[in-house]
Amino acid sequence: MSSPCELGGRVTMALLLPALVLAATAVSRVHDAHAARPVLRVCADPNNLPFSNRAGGGYENRIAELIAHDLGDSLEYAWWPQRRAWVRNTITANKCDVAISVPEGFGALLTTRPYYRSTYVFVSRADRHYGITSLDDPRLKTLKIGLHFVGTDYDNPPPAHALGDRGIVRNVVSFSIYGNYSEPNPPAKLIDAVESGAVDVAVVWGPLAGYFAKNARVPLALTPVVPSTDARTGTVFTFPIAIGVRKTDPALRASLQRVLDRDEDGVQRIVQEFGIPVVGRD
Amino acid sequence: MGTRDAGLSATKAGTAAGRVAEAHAEIAAGAVASPPGEWTTQGNNTALTRYSDLTEITTANAKNLKLAWTFSTGALRGHEGAPLVVNNTMYLVGPYPNIAYAIDLTKPATVKWMYRSNTDPWAVGVACCDVVIRGWTYDAGKLFYNLLDDRTVALDANTGKLLWETKLADVNDGVTMTMSPFVARGKVYVGNSGGEMGARGWLTALDENSGKIVWRAYSTGADSDVKIGPRFHPFYPKDRGKDLGISTWPPDGWKHGAGTVWGWISYDPALNLIYYGTSNPGPWNQDQRPGDNKWTSTIFARDADTGDAVWAYQVTPHDLWDYDGVNESILVDLPIQGRTRKVLVHFDRNAFGYTIDRETGEVLVAQPFANLNWSTGVDLKTGVPAVVPSKRTHQGATVQNICPPDIGGKDQQPAAFSPRTGLFYVPTNNECMDYTGVEVSYIAGTPYWGAAMQRHAGPGGNRGAFIAWDATTGKEVWSIPDKFIVYSGALATAGDVVFYGTIEGWFKAVDARTGQELWKFHCGSGVIGAPMSYKGPDGKQYVAVLTGVGGAAGVDSHVEGYPAEGGMLYVFSL
Repeated sequence: MSSPCELGGRVTMALLLPALVLAATAVSRVHDAHAARPVLRVCADPNNLPFSNRAGGGYENRIAELIAHDLGDSLEYAWWPQRRAWVRNTITANKCDVAISVPEGFGALLTTRPYYRSTYVFVSRADRHYGITSLDDPRLKTLKIGLHFVGTDYDNPPPAHALGDRGIVRNVVSFSIYGNYSEPNPPAKLIDAVESGAVDVAVVWGPLAGYFAKNARVPLALTPVVPSTDARTGTVFTFPIAIGVRKTDPALRASLQRVLDRDEDGVQRIVQEFGIPVVGRD
Repeated sequence: MGTRDAGLSATKAGTAAGRVAEAHAEIAAGAVASPPGEWTTQGNNTALTRYSDLTEITTANAKNLKLAWTFSTGALRGHEGAPLVVNNTMYLVGPYPNIAYAIDLTKPATVKWMYRSNTDPWAVGVACCDVVIRGWTYDAGKLFYNLLDDRTVALDANTGKLLWETKLADVNDGVTMTMSPFVARGKVYVGNSGGEMGARGWLTALDENSGKIVWRAYSTGADSDVKIGPRFHPFYPKDRGKDLGISTWPPDGWKHGAGTVWGWISYDPALNLIYYGTSNPGPWNQDQRPGDNKWTSTIFARDADTGDAVWAYQVTPHDLWDYDGVNESILVDLPIQGRTRKVLVHFDRNAFGYTIDRETGEVLVAQPFANLNWSTGVDLKTGVPAVVPSKRTHQGATVQNICPPDIGGKDQQPAAFSPRTGLFYVPTNNECMDYTGVEVSYIAGTPYWGAAMQRHAGPGGNRGAFIAWDATTGKEVWSIPDKFIVYSGALATAGDVVFYGTIEGWFKAVDARTGQELWKFHCGSGVIGAPMSYKGPDGKQYVAVLTGVGGAAGVDSHVEGYPAEGGMLYVFSL
């Protein structure tokens, strides 16, 4: 098995940009020793579609390529598996400078304005015709519900908190968000369980659900969890997603924001192509 | 393993000389200690006393201690555990990448051999809390330790050659191994870490000579998996019933329920029982796992040969605060209410100091050894701790000032016991936490909700203290406050000098009876290792400690005065 922190996977981008932009962005950037041009150092998981993988198959890879292309940077990845302390082991450890999708306002990083807003969704086989949209739907007391868990006692995805508060626990089946890392895209096991009927319904983060539903063997139905803020627990189900940099890198953030603004259409095409369910602001 | 009977050789302290325990305690009769002048296991005794019977260093001359020699481990990060000394050779092993050294003590700091493990770097990303290991152990010409990537290895102590290695779990599943193995009855006992990653806890016995797995006892699941059978007789009704490892969870919750085994193991040869504790439950929030969540935060007594559970006591049922039960159980015999009881003494993360009958599991004493406010006390008739409702954590709610916080009133840092004073010497934490509702968090790709936890110093403003404890009465005898949590192990010696280290890097010698400071030395980094003592080839008494801050002490890395990392062995003598 290869090292999780290996630097590599350089993608050479065409150098097509005005010298002025280079000058503006070079301040906080590492320079490529061979090409004498800045390097966009992106933190990414090598095995976690639809977000990213080593083969460049994720939407984060595509957005990184778009940014590198726009800036004329060469692109490097610091690969680190989706694990507790992912941020601390990658961007905070200075192994890379950019995390392509973090929640806006995430305390550990400085973030751009969001480029999409998604939601946790109910996922079920379309042939079941559930149409569940609310956590207070009485059927959730008896259906077999699949959920991801994250880690320590206090850290879990919103549906785990909200259903737990409702006493919905005995019909919940747990799936590790980390899964078995020797298999492809470990979090996708939860979607597989919906397809196979091992669970009746799953409550899943939208981008994951949207992408795998698109590629599912049987038609799947996705419905957003509403309302977007749980009245009982205050838990929020929608997250605006932005690009994150270290708090000490405001110049890099400004540079990335300019790219997002300049190429908004290109970014949105990628979001759409990956089947990410997008919701509007409340 | 040596054959000397430490219990019989221990001498009683005179009560006039200073403060000693009210009723005198002895090391468990029959517990096996290292041969004289050596230190062959983490606890130096199967009773885990961390007591050296060397007497050259005394309360009178400790002020003359000087640095004898040093050695760099070449590793950064947290250095836990103690070096070993066998046959005039010192054996030490550092945190990831787990390089091991044998140092010939007959020549000035000469490396006899070194062993570079090929620990999978992938494991670094999986480990919960730094990449520590808690040292290793020696028996019959072999050294045993665990690699972070879930392999137990046995090395030839003379040559450093790998004798066997056994793969026990898959790092890809979120499991790592950080504890020191423990050897008894020809078996190497090892457990897993990774409760935060959804692992299911277990203790496994390996054959000492071949590395083959003899048995595995899980901490959750069916009685057959937990090795609960006809011999199982828990003292309290709350711990009795069929398949509690399943029925005290929501369906399937036990499959990822944690109860990992990453602390210390002790052994009573007379009863042929091993003792160890299990971690907190995981990984769901408390609302998703109603029930006692057995057998998490539990002390087990098991038959050393078969692994059969003989009794269990769940210390913190349905834990809400991350109070692992993995801390060491030290085995002593002490008089309680007029008769000598075979007990284990256990300083839990939940901040109660327990004195428990180690034959039956009956709790004889349960008193706070560190500041706590989550409970009003343990009912000795039922074994149940009374929980203060306002200190229950709940998603979305804000709970101020929970004491102790997640790292506990004491974590894995091992305490010591002196049969001369009858007292326990305990490194403790004095912190509290504010648990505030919800905070957006993130791992690659997935936003989620966690609670913001702010830890702060407890009453008095000191984050820790090194204390002496009387396990008969459950009372503190003396206390030395410290700015930081005291996260080093303790060493007690027959010269009535007790040693410990601080996060700021002070290595200290104090009077076992009074706590009076006798000597201190400032090391290059903080001390979270466990000091040990040995007799050198020159006949002198030495005291050695690994320094190198890290591990869970990193929770205070933002506090002014927290030192830089750096792994170094320091050895002192007169």
